[in-house]
Amino acid sequence: MSLLSVTDLTCRHGLLTAVRGIGFTLERGETLCIIGANGAGKTTLMRTLAGAHVPAGGRIALAGRDITAERAFERVRSGISMSPEGRRLFADMTVAENLRVAAENGRAGGWDMDRVLGAFPQLQPLLDVPAGRLSGGQRQAVAIGRALLSNPDVILLDEVSLGLSPAAIEGLYQSLSAIRESGEMGIVLVEQDLTRALGFADRVLCMAEGRSELQGPPADFTRAQITAAYFGIHDDEARHA
Amino acid sequence: MLDTFFQALVQGTLLGGYYAIIAVGLSLMVGVVRFINLAHGDLAVLGALLTLALIQGAGLPVLAAIMVMLPLMAALGWFMHQTLFERAMRGGFLLPILVTIGLGAALQNGMFGIWGSNTRSLGADIGTLSWAGWSLPGGIIVGQLPVIIFVTAVLVIGALHLVLKKTRLGRAIRATAADPEAAEMCGVDARRAHRAAAAIAVALAALAGVFLAMRGQVTPYSGPAQLIFAFEAVVIGGIGSIWGTLIGGIILGVSQALGGLISNQASLLTGHLVFVAALIWRLGRSWAADHGGWRASVRAALAARGLRRNARRTGDLP
Amino acid sequence: MSHTHVLAAVSRLDKVLIGLGAALAGLLLALPLFGSPLIVDKLTLLMIYIILAVSWNLLAGFAGLVSVGQQAFIGLAGYFVLRLAEAGMAPFPALIAGAVVVLLVAWPLSWFVLRLKAAEFAVAMWVLAEAIRSVIMFDPLVQGETGRSLVTLNAIDADLRRTAIYLMAVASAILVLAVSYRLLRGRLGGESQAIRDDEEAAGSVGVSTMRVKRTIFLISALGCAIAGTLWLASAITYQPRAAFGINWSVFMLFMVLVGGLGSFLGPVLGALLLFALQEAFGDFGAWYLTGIGCVAMLFALYAPRGIIGLITDRLGREPLSMRKELDVRSERRGR
Repeated sequence: MSLLSVTDLTCRHGLLTAVRGIGFTLERGETLCIIGANGAGKTTLMRTLAGAHVPAGGRIALAGRDITAERAFERVRSGISMSPEGRRLFADMTVAENLRVAAENGRAGGWDMDRVLGAFPQLQPLLDVPAGRLSGGQRQAVAIGRALLSNPDVILLDEVSLGLSPAAIEGLYQSLSAIRESGEMGIVLVEQDLTRALGFADRVLCMAEGRSELQGPPADFTRAQITAAYFGIHDDEARHA
Repeated sequence: MLDTFFQALVQGTLLGGYYAIIAVGLSLMVGVVRFINLAHGDLAVLGALLTLALIQGAGLPVLAAIMVMLPLMAALGWFMHQTLFERAMRGGFLLPILVTIGLGAALQNGMFGIWGSNTRSLGADIGTLSWAGWSLPGGIIVGQLPVIIFVTAVLVIGALHLVLKKTRLGRAIRATAADPEAAEMCGVDARRAHRAAAAIAVALAALAGVFLAMRGQVTPYSGPAQLIFAFEAVVIGGIGSIWGTLIGGIILGVSQALGGLISNQASLLTGHLVFVAALIWRLGRSWAADHGGWRASVRAALAARGLRRNARRTGDLP
Repeated sequence: MSHTHVLAAVSRLDKVLIGLGAALAGLLLALPLFGSPLIVDKLTLLMIYIILAVSWNLLAGFAGLVSVGQQAFIGLAGYFVLRLAEAGMAPFPALIAGAVVVLLVAWPLSWFVLRLKAAEFAVAMWVLAEAIRSVIMFDPLVQGETGRSLVTLNAIDADLRRTAIYLMAVASAILVLAVSYRLLRGRLGGESQAIRDDEEAAGSVGVSTMRVKRTIFLISALGCAIAGTLWLASAITYQPRAAFGINWSVFMLFMVLVGGLGSFLGPVLGALLLFALQEAFGDFGAWYLTGIGCVAMLFALYAPRGIIGLITDRLGREPLSMRKELDVRSERRGR
């Protein structure tokens, strides 16, 4: 039985179908990277996994238990947490308070304040600073820290590097590598930077127009195959090109 | 002359304590739930009448009656939020206004149906407290009850501040106020946080209602006026700010007391005028901010007028 | 046809409804010839309700502005009529002039209240109504809580007065309905619909949201003012506390919400329903008003589109709809 198994997931925004029949599984210690062009449905998929969006069809199961009907906060308690797109920190609350909210309302486990500050040492001097005053990289660190503090089995990281400086991205990925190496949780990651995604992931899932175009270990695919999937070009078209 | 002025200043400040208690619940709802409950004043009256019923009907001592009533009203707030307000909020900004004004009408007239139209007061139940006062140097006399109400206001707001800052529930409420969805992603049940805020707000309204009935009289139809005072205090003090409601309440109380030096009617009017002035000032400030600050916006407005005039003279533009 | 979008043609049902309405209006105008005084009085009240409901619906249903302070204009209009009559104006001209003078207050008011956000606007209007009432109570003419009668009107023969006021009420109701029909079917209707659906988007395609909102605000204020003068005329006595009462807002909200917010016919249905309920249960006093509040709440929560919404679901389309729809057929024909 897989840690997370998603079957035939379909999501709509009104008349627009953003995710069409996506399915995948994820094991503990494994990193799945979701790639795709803007508008491919990545963020909708992530929000649906986190419980912020109600799917139109399909099933999400965590360790065999159906959690499709659970709301976001219930899923946190079941073991899925997310660092959302745009970080979404509580701007008027301090960094420490942002982290405490997650620590108090999530599950207990190995991740506590000290360990988060160990993983993201740049936050140590900022604990009493309102989150609204942080830089983009610092915000992303707090958002990931919040997700970690609820001690998830599956952590969802949406648009980790979006809008950040190369140095900040490098720092964040070093911290993420350490988390991945610990093997404590499954990681689902949305990353715009293809090279970084392919380098970091155990498996990739490429989405185009809401569909899964390609899925598997990065080593199984050529760069051309991935590019074709990225732009939603199917095999026969790709051969012509 | 100066004596009466200072006397009014002191009385007004103390009156501000009452306004702060009724306003702080409204402010909490606006700040956290983004919901204006137009029945807030009627719930205050309900709290007062319920307390009276517990004292005169069930024979409880005053303090015990209040202690029984507050959790009841908090539970009512929780329940109302769960059954009425949550559903109303899903329908946009319009429905909450419609639902709560309907609720207000139902509450006022329902209370009238149950308790009749007689004015009622807790004054007789609190003995000498209703009229006893202290003399301050300078010939100023302060009533003991207004002082108690003011001190309670400061304690209540201080306690609310501490709860919001230092407790798990308070942090959950503030996180929900900032971003309900992100709060849920941190494991906070945003709906529960909203219900808790509604429970606190209704209990505080009811507490204010008790003080209203101690200071003077209430009728089933006293609620709307209390809502208006509360709303004025919230706007004057700055929407969504807890300590701001104390300042707003004091400003409202003082302006009413100063107006009261002229006549009873003028007292209400000065309060309304200060509210309107605060509203215009805030609108002006946000308008100026949109146009690059006060000076720039005035300059731009003048320049635009000059341009138009020139254009009209030369006939370039209609 | 050069327009890029064409309003759907008036349907058969709508034509029948308009015809029926015209016939009903004719009947109402002829009623004093055979109706009893009691019926004439009752129907005057119904007309006042219709005027109020249509005015409030213009504001809330079409401009998205929910006000719980429209009683400001009802009370002000009555006050101005008293003042004008006191200054020597004949009672009937004073009734008309009083309503128009209200616009002189509503216009400057609109410059600032319309800049407020949704719920703030609603409550601020209420506070303003209270503020205006406290100002008016300074005037010794209204005699504080006691109130004052429109003496010159009272001096006119009772039958003549009743008939004249009734005819004024019917004419006003027809006028308000006709004006709102014309306005909403015209350009303003499309613009206000755009604002209600998405104010920012409407602004970005060149709709002057402020102008549209102000126009509707002023028309609605005028409607409430007309209702206010008619109410004063039929009640004769002016009491500031009743004229500026929050109950007016509760009634308006009930009629529009239960009838069908943002529809053309809804407020009329709501007015009829409120009138009928008042006739049937009005004697229960406070409990009746409790019921009105509860029904309004239930409709807001469970049937926010009101009776018209329920009818629309049945028919598949809204009778006398003001919604702009693209009629592809007529456009193609036009080319």
